[in-house]
Amino acid sequence: MTDPAGDFVPLSALLRSTPQAPEDEDEGLIEIPEASRRRFLSLMAGSLALAGLTGCTRQPTETIMPYVDPPENVIPGRPKFYATAVPVCGVAEGVMVESHLGRPTKIEGNPGHPGSLGASSVTAQACLMDLYDPDRAQGVSHLGVPSTWNALLIALNTAMDRARNGAGGGLRILTETVCSPSLADRIRAVIAEAPGSQWHRYEPAGPHSARAASQVAFGRPVHTRYRFDAADIVLSLDSDFLACGAASTRYAHDFAERRRRGNRLDMNRLYAVESSVSSTGGKADHRLPMGYAAVESFARDLAAAIAGTGAANTGNDARSRFLSAAAGDLSAHKGASVVIAGEYQSPAVHVLAHQMNAALGNVGSTVIYSDPVETEPVDQVDSLRRLVADLSAGKVETLVILGGNPVYNAPADLTFSAALSKAPATIHVASHANETSFKCAWHVAESHLLESWGDARGYDGTVTIQQPLIQPLYESRSHIEVLDAMAQNPGRPGHDIVRDYWQGRTRAADFETWWRQTLHDGIVADTALPPIAVKASAAAPAASGQPASAGAIEIVFRPDVYIYDGRYANNVWLQELPRPMSKLTWDNAVHMGPAMASKLGIGAQQVVELRYGGNAVEGSVWISPGHPDNSVTVHLGYGRRQSGRAGDGAGFDAYTLRQSNALWAASGVEIRKTGRSYPLATTQMIQSLEGRDPAISMPIEEYRRDPKLAQIKEREPGDSDTLYPRWNYSGYSWGMSIDLTACVNCNACVVACQAENNIPVVGKDQVLARRGMHWLRIDTYYKGHADNPRAVYQPVPCMHCEDAPCEVVCPVQATNHSSDGLNDMVYNRCVGTRYCSNNCPYKVRRFNFLLYSDWYTESLKLQRNPDVTVRSRGVMEKCTYCVQRIREAEIHSRNEDRFISDGEIQTACQQACPTKAIVFGDINNRSNRVAQLKAEKLNYSLLAELNTRPRTTYLAELRNPNSALEDHAS
Amino acid sequence: MTAIEEKQRHAQRRLDPGREYPVITASETFATVTEQISSIVLTRKTPLFWWCGFGAGVTLLTCFGIAIVWLLGRGVGLFGINVPVAWGFAITNFVWWIGIGHAGTLISAILLLLRQSWRNSINRFAEAMTLFAVACAGMFPLLHLGRPWVFYWLLPYPNTMTVQPQFRSPLVWDVFAVSTYATVSLLFWYLGIIPDLATIRDRSTSRWKYGIYGVLALGWRGASRHWQFHETASLLLAGLATPLVLSVHTVVSFDFTIAILPGWHSTIFPPYFVAGAIFSGFAMVLVLCIPLRTVYGLHNVITKRHLDNCAKLMLATGLVLGYTYVIEPFTAWYSGDVYEMHVVANRAYGPLAWSYWLVIFCNVVAPQALWFKKIRVTPQPLFAVSVVVLIGMWLERYMIIVTSLNQDFLPSSWANFIATLVDNATLYGSMGLFIVLFFLFIRFLPMISMYEVRELLPYSKPGGGTVK
Repeated sequence: MTDPAGDFVPLSALLRSTPQAPEDEDEGLIEIPEASRRRFLSLMAGSLALAGLTGCTRQPTETIMPYVDPPENVIPGRPKFYATAVPVCGVAEGVMVESHLGRPTKIEGNPGHPGSLGASSVTAQACLMDLYDPDRAQGVSHLGVPSTWNALLIALNTAMDRARNGAGGGLRILTETVCSPSLADRIRAVIAEAPGSQWHRYEPAGPHSARAASQVAFGRPVHTRYRFDAADIVLSLDSDFLACGAASTRYAHDFAERRRRGNRLDMNRLYAVESSVSSTGGKADHRLPMGYAAVESFARDLAAAIAGTGAANTGNDARSRFLSAAAGDLSAHKGASVVIAGEYQSPAVHVLAHQMNAALGNVGSTVIYSDPVETEPVDQVDSLRRLVADLSAGKVETLVILGGNPVYNAPADLTFSAALSKAPATIHVASHANETSFKCAWHVAESHLLESWGDARGYDGTVTIQQPLIQPLYESRSHIEVLDAMAQNPGRPGHDIVRDYWQGRTRAADFETWWRQTLHDGIVADTALPPIAVKASAAAPAASGQPASAGAIEIVFRPDVYIYDGRYANNVWLQELPRPMSKLTWDNAVHMGPAMASKLGIGAQQVVELRYGGNAVEGSVWISPGHPDNSVTVHLGYGRRQSGRAGDGAGFDAYTLRQSNALWAASGVEIRKTGRSYPLATTQMIQSLEGRDPAISMPIEEYRRDPKLAQIKEREPGDSDTLYPRWNYSGYSWGMSIDLTACVNCNACVVACQAENNIPVVGKDQVLARRGMHWLRIDTYYKGHADNPRAVYQPVPCMHCEDAPCEVVCPVQATNHSSDGLNDMVYNRCVGTRYCSNNCPYKVRRFNFLLYSDWYTESLKLQRNPDVTVRSRGVMEKCTYCVQRIREAEIHSRNEDRFISDGEIQTACQQACPTKAIVFGDINNRSNRVAQLKAEKLNYSLLAELNTRPRTTYLAELRNPNSALEDHAS
Repeated sequence: MTAIEEKQRHAQRRLDPGREYPVITASETFATVTEQISSIVLTRKTPLFWWCGFGAGVTLLTCFGIAIVWLLGRGVGLFGINVPVAWGFAITNFVWWIGIGHAGTLISAILLLLRQSWRNSINRFAEAMTLFAVACAGMFPLLHLGRPWVFYWLLPYPNTMTVQPQFRSPLVWDVFAVSTYATVSLLFWYLGIIPDLATIRDRSTSRWKYGIYGVLALGWRGASRHWQFHETASLLLAGLATPLVLSVHTVVSFDFTIAILPGWHSTIFPPYFVAGAIFSGFAMVLVLCIPLRTVYGLHNVITKRHLDNCAKLMLATGLVLGYTYVIEPFTAWYSGDVYEMHVVANRAYGPLAWSYWLVIFCNVVAPQALWFKKIRVTPQPLFAVSVVVLIGMWLERYMIIVTSLNQDFLPSSWANFIATLVDNATLYGSMGLFIVLFFLFIRFLPMISMYEVRELLPYSKPGGGTVK
């Protein structure tokens, strides 16, 4: 096998089972001519005898092959890391993928990539599961029957021939947002070959509003990126920039860095206006819930106040006070503030945000404009609408759909599904045979990004070459390979396509060196898009949408935080990952505020019917504290019908209600009670603090004055609070510090832990039975009034208590203290009394009540981390501080005769965390970062009064409220 | 009557105020007692009651068997347990059954040492009840294990892993406490039944019976030396068993008190658990003996005196429980500890408040009826109170376990426990096991100690005497 990347290991080919050539189907089948009783009995007797005989037969010899010439640079047990990129909400996030003997097992952030800086998002972490998803499409199929790539090529050739010979208008390509230069190049190549053919783009989520707004404000497509590390004041207009969406990994990092500047005494301040409930709103120093449409009028008033043209704001209601405080704060920090409009807010809000940033002098310092990251942005709804019109008019002969799932997620009023059936030839290239595939003649399995070559732009335009980690597991092709085949290059591998593309575009003297370096680094040097000088027009944007009639209930559509627009619906890690605020798993819900629920007389988990635009869906109600009144939020991406075993049937399909003129919100939804209930599986049933204070949070003023800190310290036990002498750790003594100020509740740590530690998924019924297996959870508590509470996020892994309550009660010594301070769990000694869990005050222990690990599905076995035991039923497990990484570092350091340096060991959660909230290390060495953090005044132990002496400690959260607003705070 | 005798009688009356009911009908003789009891085993027709009860027991036992097979096949996830409530029905059932066992040992050992001769006619089946209850109880620690097939790791034995159980864990203490208890109870019970087995052997009507009972009787000939050794061994074993009555449930209570969980971590638990055990044990004795004396016509040997005394013990231990129910909230309040106070509030007003109030009714309110002598000596209401107490004691353990676990320190981990089919199948199934064992016992072994009842008769005393 050729080895294009130089050090790419062809082992994957050995591991992969070679698909057998299809055999003659009749072979081996016994024809039963006449079914008579006598005949049947004689056959039975014969087959029984034969069945018995096999036991005596010598089994055929099967030889296993050892390496004669072992591949160079491969040491079994030592993983290798390769840089590539994962598209997250339309932009690439640079990652390093861990490969064990040719199997990608874990995804980490690429420290050199601007969108990652070493951290990784939930989506990047979880895309690994998509690779091994047993429900993936595994080949080419035609009209639902397995077919071959060659048969498809014939069909494509025929279509292309017709297109070249004058019927070019009949060829259409439908893609999602394209941020890959080489893919765009291939699309253009096909279009060029078939004059008149067209390229349509549609993706249900994404920056529709931002695209429209940049046309209005700048008259051209402009990409906006923010520098939160330089922003003293941030105002979010319905944006969840910290925890989801494009570039949130980088933005959360920058925000947290700025927030902790100057030894935490120079904090930034975050104002959030929200039409729904999000992690960013929970993190905000001041949050104001309001209806979706009201955000626009708020933005207008704020823009006027900043420009100094607004009427003097003298009102004393919450909105006026919030507005004047925010306007005052922003104006006082000109050039060092950010006004960010939510991706799902109206274009008008985006235009107003551009104008405010311009007025505040932020452009160029905290707000940077550049050429668009995506290729040729268009109004995607319009693009799809034109395609539907042409389809309906019979103008389309061949439609090639690259990825996406428009049958499922196109706006309801465009009736894409009906139009699609009018096209004579339809080809869908997608990883799963989804709703769209079933409506298309051809379906081609799409290679996973870890199986294919490609490239993609990051949030600032930086290009990463995607390199595969493994040969395709199935008969699949990537988008560029399909397009290249259409452009008369069948058989050119993806590697050559990408390489050829870049060969023509780099000025490097030695391409080979450049290519290797680029692959190694995971970024193409100097491809970040430079800032451009554009000026937002000062004209006030036209009001968007229909004016809401008084009392009409608003419905807000949001892509799901994890399964996004539905594309990850079959990803079990994401399905079971608790949604940041509600902690819901496996379902979407009709989110509404407590006031509205009591007004409608609806309780949580009761089914309501939502009716809008002539369509209706039924969903279960979830009460979200802080949700604006008179409005409900529904998440897209659920209610899939053809996604696979995990995604089918979960939740309800909110796309049914979504119209092309109201992509993100609509007014006038009707809510009707059905009287039925539908259980929703949450991982945290109580989100109030019940008079306790596990997650300490205080205003920065209080931190300066200190009284609360004294209270915290009082609870910490002294050294004399025990009869026993303290154990003296002479060597390493591991510990962890978690900074609550930095945690933005993105859950990347949770899914990273799941991937690293072979943590099984348990399914909705088991989550409902409270048996989730995540070793690390983020507790989300609400404080204050339910209409607009503050939220606190607290990641809770095992505390590794020095005086661990779990250890003394285990009857078989299955959980013990190690000589470097870890609370170890010995799986194969555990008999499963569960006493340790009962005695754990933090309830961080997880029990395999049933056989949760999938021991049988072949593809899932490839994903497992070989350094971590796959647990069987009946044993307890819990966070180990990633002991496998500790031991690995120990072995290396011992071999090299040195000590483990600070930061050499990163736990999986720490590595994924975008805000560096989690720090791990040796607390015996005072100069280590973790020891320094533990010496900070804000350091406290969870439930310190129990004298368990946790090794995981927290830094209390600091907030920076505006004193003008704080006096009125509830 | 001398002055001294007068004084003794006066003292006796004070000590044993129920003596207006004799422990045995005065007209009985050695022969009638022996005939009446041995005929149940040897000659009398098995009553329909037995067949019905045995049939019900076998049915429940079958459910138990199915549940166990299913449980071993799939795992303890078939129970309703979760995190935080990692213990549920299995441990509740374990503590409940162990507690029931206590009355038998108390009757046979402590009352023997205290020379309470009224115990003679109920000690045999009460002790059998103990054995069977311990057998039922012993199933649950095994069934609740995540990996029951390695249960023996809880035992100290030389092994190639060179790992021993962890002696700091109360679960290991449990293993010793319960296994010792089971062993001593079995020995004591078997020792006690030997003379009666010999009687059955001697009266047996077929060679088979002769052979089986003969082997079981271990060659008992009724010689004076036999009786002398028997008496000494009984006293020694009674001495051994007496501390066990207190220690076993004390150790069982350590399963909870050693933990740091509010609602478990309490110094009152050992006396509280022991009192509760005797309370439920006597309730079970009454539940068993009231139908038995009716069906088998044993009113002459199990008299109102027995009912009265058992009821009084129930009343007394019930009052101890009532005291603990008052003290627990008080200590919680007095501690000022938010977690302790929350446990009290959670029990009384939380999602499982019904269990708390039912416990108060069953264990505190209902037994107050026993202040009335009329109720103590009337079988039907006494039976009803006993059943209520048994339910109450099961619920008490359920309440202690579940309502402490479901809302502990961090509100984020709070959750409820919902019992499943298998939970119920094992609870009722274990009752099936108990019923089957007990019905086999009353059918094939003398359920009342013949020789000890004979001791109650005036003829057994040198120079005769009176029935007390």
